[in-house]
Amino acid sequence: MSGGSTKTQVKAANGGLERGMVALRNVGARRMQTFGGLLAVLVVFSVWAVIDGGSKLLLQRTFDGLNNGFIYSAMALSLVLIYRSTGIINFAQGNMAMFGTFIAYVLIVEQGLSVVAGVIVAMVISAIGAAVIERLFVWPFDPKNHLAITIVTLSWYLIIAALAGIIWAFDPRAFPSPFPTGANDYVSIGGARIRYASLGIWATVLLTLVLVTQLLRRTKIGLAFRAVSSNLDSGRLVGIRIGRVVQLGWALSAAVGTLAGCLIAPSLLLDPNFMSKVLIYSFAAATLGGLDSLGGAVIGGLIIGLVQTMSGGYFKIIGSEFSLASALAVIIVILLVKPSGLFGSRRVERV
Amino acid sequence: MTDGRVLDVQGLQAGYGQVTVLRDVGLYVDPGEVVVVLGANGAGKTTTLRAICQSVWTKGSIRVTGREMRGKDTADVVRAGVAHVPQGRGTFNDLTVLDNLEVGAYVRRDRKNVNADIELWFSIFPRLEQRKYQRAGSLSGGEQQMLAVARALMSRPKLLLLDEPSLGLAPLISQDLFRHFGAINREQGVTMLVVEQNANLAFAIAHRAYVLEAGMVSTSGSAAELREDDAVRRAYLGV
Ligand SMILES: Nc1ncnc2c1ncn2[C@@H]1O[C@H](COP(=O)(O)OP(=O)(O)O)[C@@H](O)[C@H]1O
Ligand SMILES: [Mg+2]
Repeated sequence: MSGGSTKTQVKAANGGLERGMVALRNVGARRMQTFGGLLAVLVVFSVWAVIDGGSKLLLQRTFDGLNNGFIYSAMALSLVLIYRSTGIINFAQGNMAMFGTFIAYVLIVEQGLSVVAGVIVAMVISAIGAAVIERLFVWPFDPKNHLAITIVTLSWYLIIAALAGIIWAFDPRAFPSPFPTGANDYVSIGGARIRYASLGIWATVLLTLVLVTQLLRRTKIGLAFRAVSSNLDSGRLVGIRIGRVVQLGWALSAAVGTLAGCLIAPSLLLDPNFMSKVLIYSFAAATLGGLDSLGGAVIGGLIIGLVQTMSGGYFKIIGSEFSLASALAVIIVILLVKPSGLFGSRRVERV
Repeated sequence: MTDGRVLDVQGLQAGYGQVTVLRDVGLYVDPGEVVVVLGANGAGKTTTLRAICQSVWTKGSIRVTGREMRGKDTADVVRAGVAHVPQGRGTFNDLTVLDNLEVGAYVRRDRKNVNADIELWFSIFPRLEQRKYQRAGSLSGGEQQMLAVARALMSRPKLLLLDEPSLGLAPLISQDLFRHFGAINREQGVTMLVVEQNANLAFAIAHRAYVLEAGMVSTSGSAAELREDDAVRRAYLGV
């Protein structure tokens, strides 16, 4: 992840402001429409929900929904990173995150590292592992051969699942939270509770978003990453070694995936299948956000989390069993209106 | 003399998969020259430029400033000093104009001069400066072509390859663009190999020319000679 920081080069005194203004003019109107539409739906729903169950219940469900949402966001970030560097959905991503979480488990519970140190070391190990997998099994293929690479990821999906099953078997294990989880570790807002652990997850996901975005914006390798994800052939023609960029994408997304797994595991139980449901929601979140937008992935995750929680809570017919279906229904509607997702910049891959 | 050549291609074969498109191409470009490649659609002009950049399979010899490029990666050819503006421009449409120029300098190590070069190309193409924070995809065709050229020149190449820069542009815009190419060649000393269907435009700035037919060089000579050549006049100058 070297490459040094080559700050945006030409910097007029008011470059930032000028850039901001232009960006606002360009995308402002379009985004405002999207937000306006969402906002209208939200307002109508809130009024109805307050009448139905009171404002405290609505607030509590909002916090719960955000909590689920941030978890999906974390995993969705990982999916977007790999999509942008390879142009594919990595089917092994969930299992890679699961494996990384098990590594953290071993480091923390069996080797006695602190939770934070264990998670960070596991992220580094995951990044290295993913870079090695990329070098050995993806690098040899033409980056445009999406079918071959997709099959590689499917194989790794199976291999990692089998390995984890052999090493750790299928008894669920409790995973420690890096945040305080005592009975009184919460803040109260309008009578609804947010646990410190939830706040910790929200902050961690937002911090991850900021760090990854800055890495892509401010470093030379980040510029190469954005260039290659915009135009692979031209990326070659300016001398970028595509393999390195793809490798960076794998490493970054594996590290973020492991982080996501470690954030999720405390509220579920850790077993080799624990990411499978989360992965579906996260995939939905990433799709909703446009697949190639990091911010979009986070917003997509929050929307999915909120829709899931609200539909399960307020519409008894739907119930929690069908909340996945309702979340997917929302996506279908949004994709019908905006085929490239809420924040997607390009036409989504026809595989 | 041979040692001083920027580009020296001999006995070049190239193609896609099982298909051989270039059967035997030989051409060279000397320092400071503008050399134009003419040829009908499908003659193999684009494939020739791709072969120089090693983005198709090749046999034969491709020397850039004396160094053999055959078998190297595209990234190495770029580092040897070749910049390629592909047919259809190849800008990074999701990136801003400024980022496009930055990424053009990807292989350079003299970071300090990169800013000065960006200013230079902004002064030559003021429209780009006005749009420096816009996505390249939002530019007009002519502006994108300017950006593609400026982006390629950001690597300070020893050889600039241009593939049909006038394609899809209005005649006045094409003329303006070629005036810029002429000036860039004279003032910055940039050596160019230009593929162009519009021979009138190309001859205005070219020193020498090759005519490609079905994967072989059929005619070559100085621009002045070829402009008087009957076959060339009929086929490419529309007289
Ligand atoms: N990607 C490709 N795969 C297979 N054949 C190609 C490809 N690109 C070009 N060709 C073939 O190579 C020949 C030469 O094409 P090209 O070099 O693009 O010609 P020109 O640029 O002179 O119009 C044509 O017959 C074309 O069909
Ligand atoms: Mg062509």
